[in-house]
Amino acid sequence: MIEITPSIIEALAFYVFAVVLVVAAIGVITARNQVYSVLFLILAFFNSSGLFILLGAEFVAMIMVIVYVGAVAVLFLFVVMMIDIDFKTLREGAMRYAPLGLVMAIILMTELFLLFKASFGSEPFENHDPLVEQMTNTQALGSVIYTEYIFAFQISGFILLLAMIGAITLTQRTRSGVRKQNIEKQVATSQDDAMSIRKVEVGKGIE
Amino acid sequence: MDSIYTFSALQPIWPELFMAFMVLGLLLIGVFKGHQSTRLLTFLAIGGLLFVAFLLLQTPTSKEPLLHGKIVIDLFAVNMKLIFITALIASYLLSIKYLYDTGFVKFEYPVLIMMAGIGMFFMVSSHHMLATYMALELQAFSLYILAAFNRDSLKSAEAGIKYFILGAVSSGFILFGVSLLYGFTGHLNYSEMADVVSGLTGPERTGAVFGMMFVLSGVAFKIAAVPFHMWIPDVYEGAPIPVTAFFALVSKLAAIALLFRLLLGPFETLVADWQIAIAFLSVMSMTWAAFAGLVQNNLKRLMAYSSIGNIGYALLGIVTLTSQGFSATLFYLILYMVMTAGVFGVLLCMQRDGVVLRHLEDLAGMSKNHPVLAYAMAILMFSMSALPPFSGFFGKLVIFQEVIAQELYMLAVIGVVSSVIATYYYLRVVKVMFFDEPDMPYTGGFGPFRSFVITASVLFAVFYILFPDSLMPFTQRTVNDLLPHGVEPIELIKSSIEAEQGSLPSFQELMKNAFPVER
Repeated sequence: MIEITPSIIEALAFYVFAVVLVVAAIGVITARNQVYSVLFLILAFFNSSGLFILLGAEFVAMIMVIVYVGAVAVLFLFVVMMIDIDFKTLREGAMRYAPLGLVMAIILMTELFLLFKASFGSEPFENHDPLVEQMTNTQALGSVIYTEYIFAFQISGFILLLAMIGAITLTQRTRSGVRKQNIEKQVATSQDDAMSIRKVEVGKGIE
Repeated sequence: MDSIYTFSALQPIWPELFMAFMVLGLLLIGVFKGHQSTRLLTFLAIGGLLFVAFLLLQTPTSKEPLLHGKIVIDLFAVNMKLIFITALIASYLLSIKYLYDTGFVKFEYPVLIMMAGIGMFFMVSSHHMLATYMALELQAFSLYILAAFNRDSLKSAEAGIKYFILGAVSSGFILFGVSLLYGFTGHLNYSEMADVVSGLTGPERTGAVFGMMFVLSGVAFKIAAVPFHMWIPDVYEGAPIPVTAFFALVSKLAAIALLFRLLLGPFETLVADWQIAIAFLSVMSMTWAAFAGLVQNNLKRLMAYSSIGNIGYALLGIVTLTSQGFSATLFYLILYMVMTAGVFGVLLCMQRDGVVLRHLEDLAGMSKNHPVLAYAMAILMFSMSALPPFSGFFGKLVIFQEVIAQELYMLAVIGVVSSVIATYYYLRVVKVMFFDEPDMPYTGGFGPFRSFVITASVLFAVFYILFPDSLMPFTQRTVNDLLPHGVEPIELIKSSIEAEQGSLPSFQELMKNAFPVER
C-alpha cells in the first residue's frame, strides 16, 4: 500500500493535466468538425491553467481562463460557426508538407532534449525579491506593473490602440442610403412639423 | 519625493513622448475632419517629425538606462533615430499623391506610419528584452495593417495575412529564445544578461547560445535574410506601392539596428557562435537573391529580391567583427535606403489612367515618353548594381574592403560573384527602358513631392563621389558608441580562442584557408 502524500497527489495532478493537455492539443488539429476543434482548444486552455496552479502561479491561471476561454475561444467559436468555409478543400494537400514538418519537429525536439539533459540538475536561479514570497501573485504583480514596468504597460496600451485603429480601418465601410436615426432632430420636432390639420369638405376627400 | 517621472527627468524620451501625443492629436483631427484631411495630417506629421529631429539634437545622451533599466538613450540610438526620421519623411512625401490618385485615401495612413515610427524608435533604444519585444510588436502591428491597407485588392489582403502569420511565427521564435535566455541567465536586462552570459560555461552556455539562435532567427525574419525570406516577395507585391516603399526604406534598418544592439549587448561574449550564424545568413541571402531575382517580371518583386541581396551584403560587414565592419554595414544600408527612395518614386510615377503599372514591360519606351524619369531610373539602377562613380559603388567598396582586411576571402569571392550576377537584373531594367518597343506615355503627372524625392535621391547617387568621406565618420561614431567597453568584437573572439586552445579552427581561419591567397 502506497502512502498518499501531498507530493504524490501533486505528481498525479500534473500527469493528469499534462496528458489531457497533449491529447486535447492533438484533438485541435485532427478533429474533423471545426466546432470540436475549438472545444478541444478550450479543454487545452483549462488544463494548462491547471498546470499553472500547480506551479503556484494562480494569477496567470485565472487570466488564462478568463481571457483565453472567456474571450478568445468563444470568439473562435463564433467565427467558425458564422463563416462558411469549406475546410475539406482547405485541408487538401496539407499532408504533403507533413513529412518535412515531422523531420523539422524531430530535429528540434532532439536538440531541446539534449539541451535539457545537459543542463538538468544545475542550480535554479534564486534572484527574486524575498518580499514576493509573502504576497499573493496579484499583489506582487500590482506592486511592479505600474512602477518598474510602466514602460511596457504604456506600450501595450499603445498596441491596443493600434489594434483598434487597424480593425476599424480594415473593416469599416461607409454605406450609402442608410437611414440613420437623428435623435437631435427627433427631439426638436414640434407639432407643426409632424402634423397638419386640414378641413375636409364633404364629398371631396384629400388629395 | 524625487520622482523619475517628472517632465524634466523624462527629457531623454521627449521625442518619443511628443510623437505619441502627436499620434493621438492626428487621430482626433482625422476623426473630426474625415478622410479628406489626410493631406493636412501628412503635413502636420512631417512638421512634427522635423520638431522631433530638433528635440533629438538637444537630447542628452548617456549609457545609463532609463525607466527602471528598460530603455537607453545613447548616441547610437539618437543617430539611428535621425536616420529613421529622414526615411519617415521621405515615405510621407512619396505616398501623399498616390493616396489621392488611387482613391483609397484614409486619414489613418499617416497615423499608422507614425505609430510604426514610435515602435522603431523604442526598438533601437531598448535595453531590456520585454521592452524590445513590445517595441517590435508595436512596429510590426502597424506594418501588418499597412500591408493590408488596400483592403479591396485581394493581393493586398493576402499580403497582410501572410505578413501577419509569418510575423507572429517570428515573434514566437523571439519569445521562445528569450525564455531560454531568461532560464539560463535569470535576467532580461541587457547589461545584466551580458554579465551572466560571459560567466557561463559548459551546458549552460550551450543553452544560452540556443536561446540566442532563436532570437537571431526571429530578427532574421524581420530583416528577411534567407532562409527566413519567403514572406517578402509576396508582401512587397501585394502591399500598395507607398507601403512597400515604407517597408523597404525603414523597417529593415530598424531591425538591423536592433541586431547591432543585441549582438554587441547581451550576446557580446557569444561572438564566435553568432559570427557563423550571420555569415550563413549573409552568404545564403546574397546567392539566393542573385539567382531568384533573374526570373522576376514584377518590379515590386524585383525590389524584394534586391532587398534580400542587399541585406546579405550588409550582413557581411557584421561578420568581419570590427567596428569598421559594423560601420560599413550601417553606411551601406543608408546608401541603399536613399537609392530605394528614388526607385520607388519612379515606380509610383508609372500610372496610366489611374491604374498603377508594376511590370517590367511597362517600363518600355520610358526613354521616349519621359526621358528625365528614364535617366533618373537608369542612374539609380547603375548605382544599385554598384557601378562606379555612383554612390552604390562606395557602399559595396567599404564592405568588401573590410572583408578583405579581415582575410575572409571566401566570403569576398561569393559576394563579388553574386553581385555580378545581380547586375543583370538591374541592367535589364535599363535595357527595357531604352531599347524596347515604346508603349503609351504615363498619365497622372509626377507631383512636386515625389519629384523632390527622386531628384534628391539621384543627386545623392551622382554627387556622392565628390564627398566620399562625408558619411563614414558619422556611421563610425554611431557604431563606436555601441562597442562594449570600447572593445572590438574581434578582440573578444581572439581572447576566447586563446582560452580554449586549439579546440576548433576559428571561422576566420576556415574562410582564409578555403581560398588560399599568395601574399
